[in-house]
Amino acid sequence: MYDVIIIGAGVSGCASAREISRYKVNACVLEKAEDVCCGTSKANSAIVHAGYDAASGSLMAKLNVQGNEMMEQLSKDLDFEFKRNGSLVVCRSEEDMPNLQALYERGVTNGVKELRILNKEELKELEPNIADDAVAALYAPTGGIVCPFGMNIALAENAYTNGVEFKFNTEVTGIHKIDGGWAIETNQGKYETKCVVNAAGVHADLIHNMVSDKKITITPRRGDYCLLDKTAGNHVSRTIFALPGKYGKGILVSPTIHGNLILGPTAIDIENKEGTNTTREGLDEVLQKAGENVKNLPMRSVITSFAGLRAHETNHEFIIEEVEGAEGFVDCAGIESPGLSSCPAIGVMVADIVKGILNPEENPEFVGTRKGILDPDTLTKEERDQLIRENPAYGTIICRCEMITEGEIIDAIRRPLGAKSLDGVKRRTRAGMGRCQSGFCSPRVMEILARECKMDMKEVTKSGGKSAIAVGTNKDSI
Amino acid sequence: MNAYDIVIIGGGPAGLAAAVSAKKNGIESILILERDKELGGILNQCIHNGFGLHTFKEELTGPEYAGRFIEQVKELDIEYKLNTMVMDISHDKVVTAMNRTDGMFEIQAKAIILAMGCRERSRGALNIPGYRPAGIFSAGTAQRLVNMEGYMPGRKVVILGSGDIGLIMARRMTFEGAKVQVVAELMPYSGGLKRNIVQCLDDYGIPLKLSHTVVDIRGKERLEGITIAQVDGKGKPIPGTEEDYECDTLLLSVGLIPENELSNGMGVDLSPVTSGPIVNESLETNIEGVFACGNVLHVHDLVDFVSEEATTAGKNAAKYVKDGVGAAEGHIVELKAVDGVRYTVPSTINVDRMEDILTVRFRVGGVYKNCFVSVYLDDERIIHKKRPVVAPGEMEDVKLKKEKLKEYPNLKTITVKLEEA
Repeated sequence: MYDVIIIGAGVSGCASAREISRYKVNACVLEKAEDVCCGTSKANSAIVHAGYDAASGSLMAKLNVQGNEMMEQLSKDLDFEFKRNGSLVVCRSEEDMPNLQALYERGVTNGVKELRILNKEELKELEPNIADDAVAALYAPTGGIVCPFGMNIALAENAYTNGVEFKFNTEVTGIHKIDGGWAIETNQGKYETKCVVNAAGVHADLIHNMVSDKKITITPRRGDYCLLDKTAGNHVSRTIFALPGKYGKGILVSPTIHGNLILGPTAIDIENKEGTNTTREGLDEVLQKAGENVKNLPMRSVITSFAGLRAHETNHEFIIEEVEGAEGFVDCAGIESPGLSSCPAIGVMVADIVKGILNPEENPEFVGTRKGILDPDTLTKEERDQLIRENPAYGTIICRCEMITEGEIIDAIRRPLGAKSLDGVKRRTRAGMGRCQSGFCSPRVMEILARECKMDMKEVTKSGGKSAIAVGTNKDSI
Repeated sequence: MNAYDIVIIGGGPAGLAAAVSAKKNGIESILILERDKELGGILNQCIHNGFGLHTFKEELTGPEYAGRFIEQVKELDIEYKLNTMVMDISHDKVVTAMNRTDGMFEIQAKAIILAMGCRERSRGALNIPGYRPAGIFSAGTAQRLVNMEGYMPGRKVVILGSGDIGLIMARRMTFEGAKVQVVAELMPYSGGLKRNIVQCLDDYGIPLKLSHTVVDIRGKERLEGITIAQVDGKGKPIPGTEEDYECDTLLLSVGLIPENELSNGMGVDLSPVTSGPIVNESLETNIEGVFACGNVLHVHDLVDFVSEEATTAGKNAAKYVKDGVGAAEGHIVELKAVDGVRYTVPSTINVDRMEDILTVRFRVGGVYKNCFVSVYLDDERIIHKKRPVVAPGEMEDVKLKKEKLKEYPNLKTITVKLEEA
């Protein structure tokens, strides 16, 4: 019997697992996908919000501000990319000024530091490409951008290194109470555990409702995004938001941590919890609304579009608690924006609840740091030359757009919880994420995966399951 | 730091022909840098025939065509490095490159020939809505998988875009046992060569649907189906015209983009129309001693013309190394592309430096029947060439004589345009 089973290897599940690994517990993460970071965590704005949005006094507000403060140290400890680029909420009419002022005051109440309102001139000075009709903006220097994959993967690897097991392609089909804990039925068999953490993202209501009569509802709220080429990455320096409306924070324009420009998301409530398809209307809305706050957007530079699903809980609040009447079952549900920003604090909160249930000893062998995949771009020419002499794989560029070497890809595959698919390699190294969108590198990455994982080229998938790239060999069907 | 007279970036058809030409024009110190494991570039995966009709007066496959030039490079003892990625080129022509055996290294060049080729436009650039499953390939990626690796990308295929690679792959996939159901083309005309439409689609009964595009992509893991719809004059899908296709593969042949990240990085001015460098009569960019040829300059449809252009670039680079002639000296005339002509290569001509006969290449913006290709020297028409049909998929050219231009010492602008009959 496990001490803790965490359902879901997204960023909240992995943050929880990592914090839980500070204790001497026998923990395991169950994930229905083939890898970590396959749901909401992989398709979002990748923003670390300052914390002025959420209602004052809410758990969201508290954990957002805490998570934001923790992010910098966590990014250093776990070696993932994070930058405080600052954020601006743009007000485009004098009539809306009271709303901007209210947002400022909410931010101050929530404990957001360094907030101030900029007038038109100050705003233009900071962001020359801001819309001409902008009259003022709320400026939050503590707002940031993060690599959402890097953060999720770093948390998972660190949890794994500290003893947490991970079981992939394992989908939970049922949960029931047993003596001293819970039995979890999955497509891969049954697991028993004293304690359960439900971090199942858009599916968290289904998991919760298996054990509680107090039902919750998580609605997938789809957001379409467009990603622009790195040549457009400097169009704005800060994250540009519109004044928030009913469906959240509206369409933002932001540089990404990797130097692209991201536009989005829309907000459409849907029924299908796997409905990550973009729509014509959605993409059109992104392109149109992004242009309202920022002018001269180079729309010809779009390199890809995608959609993510927010795990929208009806009351728009995080549910992080031991479920009433279900001893040892802990919800970590409704983790929608600012979920990514809050995750460092969410992990701690979940671990505290679990600690209260199990009373575990501290893990004396816990290592709180982790080293990411070496990025040769961060080296000097001399260091890079030396690296190639020590390991020639760093001398072969596989992804031409992002200049990713074979060395990085091999590292991504061989490291703990390594990549097993093209998307796995992509999220860890960025190979295939550039302007040609894997046209050149996919056959090469396939070869490396096949060689490293000792599988046939035909078994190499885009993202696990039935997503094989090649369906056979030439003439085999004739 | 090592030094060479001429460093050529790219060992595809353009780089090879440029190298051979530079050597034949008297330059000993030449280095080709190639990122792939062999010379020949994209020709190595073009195993169909039809190459070399102009250059060698015979029909060769892509690898055979490349082979002819590779042999010459070897016979002429031209140096090359394979598996070598150029990371950066400075404005003063220091090339920073990297490979497994040499590590990071720098080379000082007297002249540089840019011959990096192009890449395919991706699904993302078209903003096609839907899911993002496995089974969506650019036509060139699928071509590499089938022709070089021996793997089938899929069995039931739809192709979006009628660029030449897409047309070639329609036939190729059919040969390998796949069912190619339809080729959809957004424009009211094909972007490919007429002969490819006949030989790759018509001969195999594959329908080409003009003014159609993909409006939805289905399938969470592997592609399961797509929807195409007819588009109006502005390229917008017309509601009610949707047709569903069950398929496991969508190939995209929706345009090629010259790969000019290195050029851009060193300060070469690019044309917004071609996405390639703006060049003069010597195929020299705004940076003196930096030349460009082949698909990095503008996308070609026939490799023969790439070789021809690259030969010119190689010769001019050799001349630059030997004589160090400045581009600014002499009578410089601007070329203007109007009335259906999208661009010209070159975009300026130094009459004093030009060859006796200069080929000006261009593309048109639509399909025009029974029109005239006209060239004006300021206001005077000197060429009026009848063409039964011109189309965006087929590159056109006109030849200008130095002798003729010399007659106009005050000439400012040469205009290339289409005129109605």
